[in-house]
Parts: sequence; C-alpha cells; structure tokens
Amino acid sequence: MAKKILISDPTLRDGNHAVRHQLSRESFIAYCKAAEAAGVPIVEVGHGNGLGASSLLVGECRLSDDEILAISRQNLTRSRLGIHVIPGFCTIKHDLAKAVEAGVDVFRIASHCTEADITDRHIGYVREAGKEAFGVLMMSHMASPAILLEEAKKMESYGAEAIIIMDSAGAYFPEDVTERISTLVDGLSIPVGFHGHNNLGMAVINSVHAVNAGATIIDGTIRGFGAGAGNTQLEVLVAVFERMGFETGIDLYKILDAADIAEKEFNPVAPSISPLSIVSGLAGVFSGFAKPVGRAAVDYNVDLRDIFFALGKRNAVAGQESLIIEVARDLAAEKDAQQGTTGKKG
Amino acid sequence: MKTAHMTTAKKLKIAIIGSGNIGTDLLIKVMRSEHLTCTLFAGRNFNSTGMKRANALGATISDRGIEAIVNDPSICDLVFDCTSAHAHAQHWAVLDKLGKTVIDMTPAKLGEFCIPAINADQCLASGTRNINMITCGGQSSIPIGYAISRVHADIDYIEVASSIASRSAGPATRYNLDEYIETTQDALQRFSGAKRTKAILILNPAHPPIDMQTTIYAKIAQPDLPAIRASVAEMVETLKKYVPGYQLIVPPTIEGDKVTTTIKVLGAGDYLPQYAGNLDIINCAAIAMAELIAKSARSIESAHSVAAKEA
Repeated sequence: MAKKILISDPTLRDGNHAVRHQLSRESFIAYCKAAEAAGVPIVEVGHGNGLGASSLLVGECRLSDDEILAISRQNLTRSRLGIHVIPGFCTIKHDLAKAVEAGVDVFRIASHCTEADITDRHIGYVREAGKEAFGVLMMSHMASPAILLEEAKKMESYGAEAIIIMDSAGAYFPEDVTERISTLVDGLSIPVGFHGHNNLGMAVINSVHAVNAGATIIDGTIRGFGAGAGNTQLEVLVAVFERMGFETGIDLYKILDAADIAEKEFNPVAPSISPLSIVSGLAGVFSGFAKPVGRAAVDYNVDLRDIFFALGKRNAVAGQESLIIEVARDLAAEKDAQQGTTGKKG
Repeated sequence: MKTAHMTTAKKLKIAIIGSGNIGTDLLIKVMRSEHLTCTLFAGRNFNSTGMKRANALGATISDRGIEAIVNDPSICDLVFDCTSAHAHAQHWAVLDKLGKTVIDMTPAKLGEFCIPAINADQCLASGTRNINMITCGGQSSIPIGYAISRVHADIDYIEVASSIASRSAGPATRYNLDEYIETTQDALQRFSGAKRTKAILILNPAHPPIDMQTTIYAKIAQPDLPAIRASVAEMVETLKKYVPGYQLIVPPTIEGDKVTTTIKVLGAGDYLPQYAGNLDIINCAAIAMAELIAKSARSIESAHSVAAKEA
C-alpha cells in the first residue's frame, strides 16, 4: 500500500514574509483557487508570523486577519483552511476565537523549540472548540533530539494532534532530520511533520528523509515562496513523492499550473538562495540578523560572514542584538592581535 | 527596649502568597526595607526552591497558601499576591472580606491599575484596597507611552514589544501570556489615551540570557521630537528613583511615521540574576507602593495619637 503524506501548504502565510506581508486580496483569491483545484489538503494563510502578528515590530500586514480569513474561506471548500499562531503575539480571545468563528479547520500553535509550555491553553482552547490543533516547534535545530522530544511531548499532553518541527534557519542536513524525526516518531503517539527551508538547497532532500524516518506531514510552498531563502518547493515535492510512490492526493499537472499562476501573481517572484542565506544556513542563525550584523561589520571593520559564524557558535537567537556588537568587537580585537604579531615578525 | 519595640511595630506587616520567582524576590526586597516587615511567606510546597530560600532567610513560612491568612488574619496588614491571574480572583474575594489591602502582582486586573511614576498618589487617595501592578512589560513601557502622551494627547497607535529571558519566566507567567497581553494593552490605552494599543511578549531562550528590553513604537502625526525627548528623559529620572536599573537605550527617534524608543531594565540581582529586569521592575514598583502605604498609615496613626492627646 502506498504511503500517505499529508501536505500542508503555507504559501499564503510564509510567503507573506517574502513580500513584507503585502500579499494582495487578488493573490489570496488566485492562489486559493489554484490550490483548491490541485487538491492541496491544507492551505495555511495569514501574516508571515501568524494571526495577531501584524505589528510595527515584525511588519504590518496589508490585509487584516479578518479579511484574509474571510476571502480564504470563501475560496476553499475541499482544501482545509489552516492558520499559524505564536502565543505572545496572539491571544485566545482576540485571535483564536475569531478564527474559530471564521471557520478555520487546522490551527498550528507554534513556539520556539524550547518554549512549548506557552502553547498549553491555546492548544486546549482549539481542541475544546472541536477544531484540529497541531503543535509547531520553531528553530528546531537549536535543540537536541532529546529536548525536542520532551517539548513535543508537552504539546501532545496539551492535546496537539500532530507535531511539526521547523528548520527555520535552513540549517539541517539529511542525517539531522532523520535523527530528530525518528526520535519524535518513536517517542510520540501522534503524527510528526517537517517544515523545511532552503538555505543550503537541502529542503526537498530533507523532506524525503523526514518521510523515510516516519514523518507523515510535510510543508511546502509554491515556487518555494517564503521567508529568507524560501521554503521546500511544493511542486517539486509533489513530483518527487509521486515518483517515489508516496500518495499526496495532489494533482501533479494542476500543482504545476498553480506554480505558473503564482509566478504571475506574486511579485517579486520566488526567493533565491542569496549568499547571505547560505551563510545564515551554515551558521544556523536567523537571517533577520542581517541588518544589525551589517552595521556591526562596518563599525568594527570585520567580515559580516565571520560575525554570522561566531553568532552561530554562541547559539544566538533573534533579540540578542547586543551579542552582535560583542562578537564583532571580539573579532576586531583578534584581528588586531594577529596583525600586531605579524608586524613584530616582519 | 520600648523604643525598639515601637520601631518594629511601625513597620507595615506584609504577607506574600506565592513562592515563585516574584514572591521570593519580593521577600528579599521587603526584608531590606525600612518600612516593611515580612510576617508570612506562604506557598504550597515546602520543597519548592522559593520556600527553601525563604526558610533559609528566616521568614515565617507556610504551605497552606491563603488559608494561612484566613486562619490568623492578624498576621499581616498588606498582602502581595504573587500567584496567578486565575487564583487572584478567589484570593481577592477572601482578602476583601478580611479588610486587607492587596497589591496584586498578577495580570488579573481586578483592582486599580498602578504605575508609581504616574499615579501613586491618586491610588493612595482613592482608598482602593486592591492595587494592580499591571505587568512587568507594562511597568517598563507605559511610563514612556504616558510621557509621550503628555506632549501629544492624540496618539493613533502605541505598540510595546518586550523581550525577556526565558529563564526569568516561571510557570505562572507562561500560563498567563494572554492575560499579560490583554492587561498591558488595556493599561497602556488607559494611561496614554492612544486610540489603539498592542503588546507583544517574546520569551528569549538565548544563553547567556538576554537582559529585559522593551521597545515602544508610537504612531504620531507630526511629532515634536525635542519635547518628546524632554518628557521621556524626565520620566526616566522619576523611574530610576525606584527602579535603579532602568535605562534608556535608544532615546525617542523618528523612523518613518513612528517614534521609536528602546529601554532596558537591569535587575538588582536579588533572587534571580540581573538579566531578570522584568521581575525587578514590577517588584520595585510594588515595594514603592507598599512603602508609601506604610508611610501614610504611620502619619494617620501619629495624627490620631496627637488628636487623642489633645482630647
């Protein structure tokens, strides 16, 4: 019997990152229709950081959450409507209740990979409302497989019906994925999923390894439309899974058509792997650091890439801007010392 | 002998319920205060880290929570409720009947919102017995929003985003994230008069832990930057009187259509390390209020005794 894979498509959520959350009403309608026609099982929509996240901190969304949910719901019948939320940005009363009302089917409740306990009440609320709740662990490369399992188990105990790990920095190699997914599959009694990013060109092969290790939910976006270097490219995923004999329920020709529609609809088009994306993936550091790192590189006259790698060694996470200065200062001091030594020798 | 007794008697008797991070840090601050004395530290479990610490410090401890006060109401004058928003609703019903004054450290928002730098005197004058300390992010960001509103009464939108070290957020804080957001937003609106407000809290798991940092964004048509800067600078000086670790990192700066200000709070390092400025600021604010109550109670008392003599 063919292995069944549930594809969840966050093109209209993660893709919003690629256009600073400026996706238009027309884009939502066009892509919802294309995904529906292709038989995509779950279409995830919203601001790039999820419901309730439109803000001066991470960027204001062109459309309100209400508008996005209403137009998506109108254009999806067979495909289920999904949303992403991060507690701390959203609340049950203001955001989740609204989404339940608007007819959202799948609620993906996310936290940084070591902070699962902030999702307790949100997952509980969704389950009580009779909707489907998945737990999502972001930046999952920053935790060991054992810690990830511990955090995933917390989400399972709150009522999560699946756990998805995100490779937010695009840092995984296939063996990292195999190790983590198999640890989760062995330790949990609910389905496990993988959400890839393409910083090192590994998103598709990582997703294949995830499936081989027992994952049954895979995230992908059309044309790889998403944050930074982009996500796992959905139409490639569908083609590869079809060749491997996995069942996704998605029509290959129609998802290829959706890719054409998306190219016309989303402007600028699909993200590519920039030099910065590669460094960010190798270092395992959030690419949002680019700006402050660029400033520090100039201020201290050190290579931006050296700062990224040093930040990776210190397990830097977003919000630790002060660490960037510290790292740049250390690198500058090291450089001075080396030049000093060379000078003496000369 | 008699004088010594008098001095002790004059201190306001404090009960702390909740033996988590907030409660334990408050205990250390109360013990250091000239005006306050801790007469009860009540949690639920003698083996918790906070209880052990309180015991080592020589505090009177109980594992009966609020029942410890119900069983002996004379044990305290004022209660710091350091439990959770949910528990506070029940606690207040009990403590109200007992006639206790309560400083609520949870985001339950049953009582009067209090930011000492803004409305300490009004809170005292109102005679309210339930004083709500809003949230840690509220104590750090609302004074800035208020200082900006002194210059511009018609702010369209204020957003406050706080990052705190994951290790400084205990189980109740994590469980109360929604209440944190709602309470901070409500209080921000109340004190700044902004049409719309938004609060964001990010738990940052970085090692070494990050210091508490808050950025305040205000959307204002034609901001008067020099006046805003002067008002904010004055507010920062007022805050520093009771929160020594409060620092302006980025003074009000115009970025496009908004004015951005960033502040940081370094804790005193009493119970948790310095990075936990979030615990420190709300606790410093609570201590400031309790000390004001102690002083005012003393002045009322001495006024009474003068009146008694004259009679």
